Amino acid sequence: MLSSIWAIFLKDLKSELRTRYALNALFMFVVVTISMILFSTAGEVVSGTLLSGLLWVVIFFSAMSGLSRTFVSEEDRGTVIFLQLATRPSVVYFGKLLFNFALIFGLNLFIVIAYLLTMENFKVKSFDVFLVGLILGGIGLASASTIIAAIIAKANTKGTLYPVLSFPVLLPLLMTTINMTQLSIEGATFSETIGHLRILISYSAVVIIASYLLFDYIWKE
Amino acid sequence: MDFKITLKNVRKNFSRLLVFDSVNFELTIGSSLAIAGKNGSGKSTLVKIIAGLLSPSAGEVIYQIDGKKIDKLDWFKYIGFVAPYLQLYDEFTGYENLEILARIRGLKNYKNKIEEVLKRVNLYARRDDLVRGYSSGMKQRLKYACALLHEPIVLILDEPTSNLDAEGVEMVWKIAQEQKKKGILIVATNEAEELQMCEEVINLDELKLKSREQIVK
Repeated sequence: MLSSIWAIFLKDLKSELRTRYALNALFMFVVVTISMILFSTAGEVVSGTLLSGLLWVVIFFSAMSGLSRTFVSEEDRGTVIFLQLATRPSVVYFGKLLFNFALIFGLNLFIVIAYLLTMENFKVKSFDVFLVGLILGGIGLASASTIIAAIIAKANTKGTLYPVLSFPVLLPLLMTTINMTQLSIEGATFSETIGHLRILISYSAVVIIASYLLFDYIWKE
Repeated sequence: MDFKITLKNVRKNFSRLLVFDSVNFELTIGSSLAIAGKNGSGKSTLVKIIAGLLSPSAGEVIYQIDGKKIDKLDWFKYIGFVAPYLQLYDEFTGYENLEILARIRGLKNYKNKIEEVLKRVNLYARRDDLVRGYSSGMKQRLKYACALLHEPIVLILDEPTSNLDAEGVEMVWKIAQEQKKKGILIVATNEAEELQMCEEVINLDELKLKSREQIVK
C-alpha cells in the first residue's frame, strides 16, 4: 500500500513539474498578493501582529488557488477512471494528500521568504514557535483542502465553490495559526503555545481520519 | 480457481429516468457476455456497474473467488477495462503511463511485462513518445496495454474497436479469444459483428421492452 501511495505522489509530482499547471500560477499569485499588500500599506507603519494575519490571508488564498488541482485536473481530463481501476480509494487519497503536503510546504517556504524580505516590521522573535505553527498549519490546511477538493472536483462551479466551502472548515485552523504566528512575533516560548499545538495536531488528526473514512463514498460517483 | 460474477436484480435509474431494470446473470471463467442495445440503452452504465465504477440503484453485483465474496474495494485487482471515456495521462509517454499503472498496482518485475504488452498492442516502437502525440487509434491500443498489464481475470471492453484500423481490430479479436480461454470477457457494443466475440448476449432494449425478462443464462 505504501509503495502505491508513493507511486501516486510521484506521478502527481512528475506531472506538475512537466505541465506546471499549478506551480506557475501559484507563485505568480503569491507575488501579486504580496505586491498588493506592499502598495496598499505604502507609507504606513504596519504592526507585526497585523502582518501575521495578512501572512495567513496570503497562504489561505494561495492554497485555495492551487491545492484543488490534484483532484480537479483528474476530473477535467477524465483520468479519474484510470485511478479508480488501478487501486483502492484510500491509496489515491493518501497519495494526493502527500502531494498537497509537498505543495503547501513549498508554497509556505516561498511565501515566508518573500514576506521576510519585503515586510520590514515582520520580525519573528521565536523562530521555533513560528516554524512549528507554519508546519502544523500547512498540514491542517492541506488535509482539509484535499478532501474538499475531492468533493468539489465533481461540481460545475469548482473555482468559486472551493474557497467558499473551505473557509468555514478551515476557520478554527486559521484562527489558531494566526494566533500562533502573532505569539512568535511577540517572542512567546514554546511552552506558552502548547494549547495551540494541541488544537493544530487534533485538527489535522480528525480531518485526516474523517477523510479516510469518507473518501470511498466521495471517490466513487 | 473458481471465479464468479453474479448480477442480481440490478436496476439503475438517474433520478426519474429508468435506464434498465432486473438485470440478472452469472459469469464464470470461460464465459463471455456481449451487452447490446441502441445508443442510450445503458450499455456503458451497465459495464461501469459491473466494474464497480457506478453503484446500482437496486440489486447487487457479487464477485466471488472460490465461493468467497470479494470486497468491492478489491475488484480492481481482477478487472481490465477498455472504454472510450477512459483517459490516459497525455503528458507522459506510453511507457510511462504503463510504468505508473504498474507501480500504483504494486506489480513486481513489471519492466518485462510492460515491454510484452507494448509489443502485443504494437506500440513498442512508439513507447517513448508522449501520449499527447498519439493518434486516437494508438491511444486505444495503449488502453488495451493498460488493461492487460496485470493479466486480469475479467476483461471489460466498451466499444472495443472504436478508432482502430483493420490491424487493430484483428488485435482486439485475438485478445478477446485469448481472454475467453482463461477468464471472463464482457463486451458492450452496438456493432452486430462485435457481438460475435461472445458466447452469450444480453440486449438491454429487449430487456426494457419485455420488462423484467431475463435474457442471459
